[in-house]
Amino acid sequence: MTRIFRNRCARVLATALGTLLGALTVLSAWAQGPRQVEDSMAERTRACTACHGDQGRAGPDGYYPRLAGKPAGYLYHQLRNFAEGRRHYGLMARLVDPLSDAYMAEIAAHFASLHLPYPPPAPSTLAAQRLARGQALVLQGDAALGLPACVQCHGERLTGLRPHVPGLLGLPLDYLNAQLGAWQTGQRKAHAPDCMAEVVRRIPHEDIIAVSSWLASQRLPADTRPASTLPKPMSDSRWRCGSAPELSGALPAGGRP
Amino acid sequence: MKRRLLKLSARLLGAGLLLLLAAVVWHNWGDLLGASPAPQLAPATPQSLERGAYLVRAGNCVACHTVRGSAPLAGGRAIDTPFGAVYSSNLTPDDDTGLGRWSAQDFWNALHHGRAPGGRLLAPAFPYEHTSLMAREDSDAMFAWLRSQPAVRQATPAHTLVWPLGTQAALAVWRTLFFEPRTFEPDPTQSAEWNRGAWLVQGPGHCAACHSPRNALGASAGVADLSGGLMPVVNWYAPSLTRERETALASTPLDEIVRLLRSGRNAGAQVSGPMAEVVQHSLQHLHEADLRAMAIYLQARARQSAPEPAPANPPPVRASMAELGRKVYERHCATCHGEQGQGVPGIYPALAGNRAVLLQEPTNLVQSVLYGGYAPATAGHPRPFGMPPFVLELEDREIAALLTHLRMALQAEGSRAGEVTPLQVNRIRAETTQ
Repeated sequence: MTRIFRNRCARVLATALGTLLGALTVLSAWAQGPRQVEDSMAERTRACTACHGDQGRAGPDGYYPRLAGKPAGYLYHQLRNFAEGRRHYGLMARLVDPLSDAYMAEIAAHFASLHLPYPPPAPSTLAAQRLARGQALVLQGDAALGLPACVQCHGERLTGLRPHVPGLLGLPLDYLNAQLGAWQTGQRKAHAPDCMAEVVRRIPHEDIIAVSSWLASQRLPADTRPASTLPKPMSDSRWRCGSAPELSGALPAGGRP
Repeated sequence: MKRRLLKLSARLLGAGLLLLLAAVVWHNWGDLLGASPAPQLAPATPQSLERGAYLVRAGNCVACHTVRGSAPLAGGRAIDTPFGAVYSSNLTPDDDTGLGRWSAQDFWNALHHGRAPGGRLLAPAFPYEHTSLMAREDSDAMFAWLRSQPAVRQATPAHTLVWPLGTQAALAVWRTLFFEPRTFEPDPTQSAEWNRGAWLVQGPGHCAACHSPRNALGASAGVADLSGGLMPVVNWYAPSLTRERETALASTPLDEIVRLLRSGRNAGAQVSGPMAEVVQHSLQHLHEADLRAMAIYLQARARQSAPEPAPANPPPVRASMAELGRKVYERHCATCHGEQGQGVPGIYPALAGNRAVLLQEPTNLVQSVLYGGYAPATAGHPRPFGMPPFVLELEDREIAALLTHLRMALQAEGSRAGEVTPLQVNRIRAETTQ
């Protein structure tokens, strides 16, 4: 008797709870209504953020780099590089092929304007000695190899230089390795004269991983935005960059991409 | 007696073969015998150069004759056919690799006869059955404009057609079967606009190169056939321009047809795939009057074609596939295209009642889901919204179920298009993976 009573109580309670839950779900759905699709750049760039993460904060697997906060001119050049075969990724080429220059510049400016916090870097598993080698190449370069330091063009804080030079921090190790490898084999190119290709070709093969590992394990500085000027502009005419004329003082920093 | 009969028939057979051979040779090169001296090319004027540039645009020559990242019109792009790759030629005036040593007569021979200098037959990946319809003055204007462009030294790779299809003998036989140099004959019973449209569609526009089915030997059903065709290798279906169910050109207002051609989008449709390239590189740059003429001709053609009965409703879908399709739709599509596939006007296309969703041939749908993408950014539609690619996210079975859901559950009774199978998705994925 009591068991039957208890069962019945439980059933009534369950039904009541179920009804309540159902009503709540309906209510919340009703309160939300159909999603309001707004006319914004965020909406127009859903095709980008599907892989590069919400607001271009980077994809989850290390192959889709962060877009948010990168210099606008750099992002614009990368879109053009995919369209013109200087970078190779079929999916990107298909996405950018139908776009106009003006729209690509607008998309680049949109992601450049987003300033989001960076996740903490993953610690490196590389031996300390090799990491130190990576650090030395990034900060001082190697005169014997004729290799300039990364900081010379990518900024003292390594957060890049407006409008065309990208920052090197906050990028996953896999992505950095893939890109440096692609520069070495000539898979990735920039506008001629291609200064970056020349620089990467001078990095000894075994040092690539040291450079990428050190970069990937660095915490970002307090000010993560790209610099607007270099303390010491590149005076060496050997390092002219077709994709970043501001490095040789040909274009005032902050100029139109 | 018996031996003599055998000998006679062998002789007859030999003579017949010789006659056939002579006929093929005559068909392909016969006109060279009685060729009159080439007319002098009139000196180029700003008007003739502009006309030439416009015709090169109208023919969208740049699309095939440009390789990614290289100078426009310098050729070298591989045109993949079921028979191998054909490489487009260099149209810049470089002496050794381009048209530098060509005469206006050589250019006319290419356009009208499909022959290179010296009588070499060209592979019909170059749509010369269409360019053949253009007049000599058109050819001269195009040639003069091409000659005025910067010369780019870029050698064209050799075609990689399966032997013996690329040989002159095979091309000669193919041309005897499927090609005849023609001039455009205006239809006096039609308006000037209709005729201008017909010329643009059949001639420089070479619409039937895609919008007509191709036979086993790669020949289309003719320059005026617009009954739709599956484009091999690239895997896009160019819909029928005469069948109402596929493109509704008979009932779409003329202004809306013009808008689609000019901007890539109108109230009920959006171009994608190879047609997006045509709008981007060619149609959006044409004169309004010419787009209107094309629309008039296309609509007239669509109105001539007999109405077809609606297809019978396809058999119901297995419950497990229907359920999977519904889930995938809710998770990945409903946010933009709406719970019922109603879309967002001006932003995301509706999927319910969408002709592109209901095409019997699901190839374009599979392409759209696999690779997403943007409509062409044109003056009339400069900032398109985009769709993410799902090629890395969804499996064949999920895409098949999703598309089946779009074609069945989201559509009203009487307009359902039937199931898409994982095998169909798999084939297109395999053939388009880069």
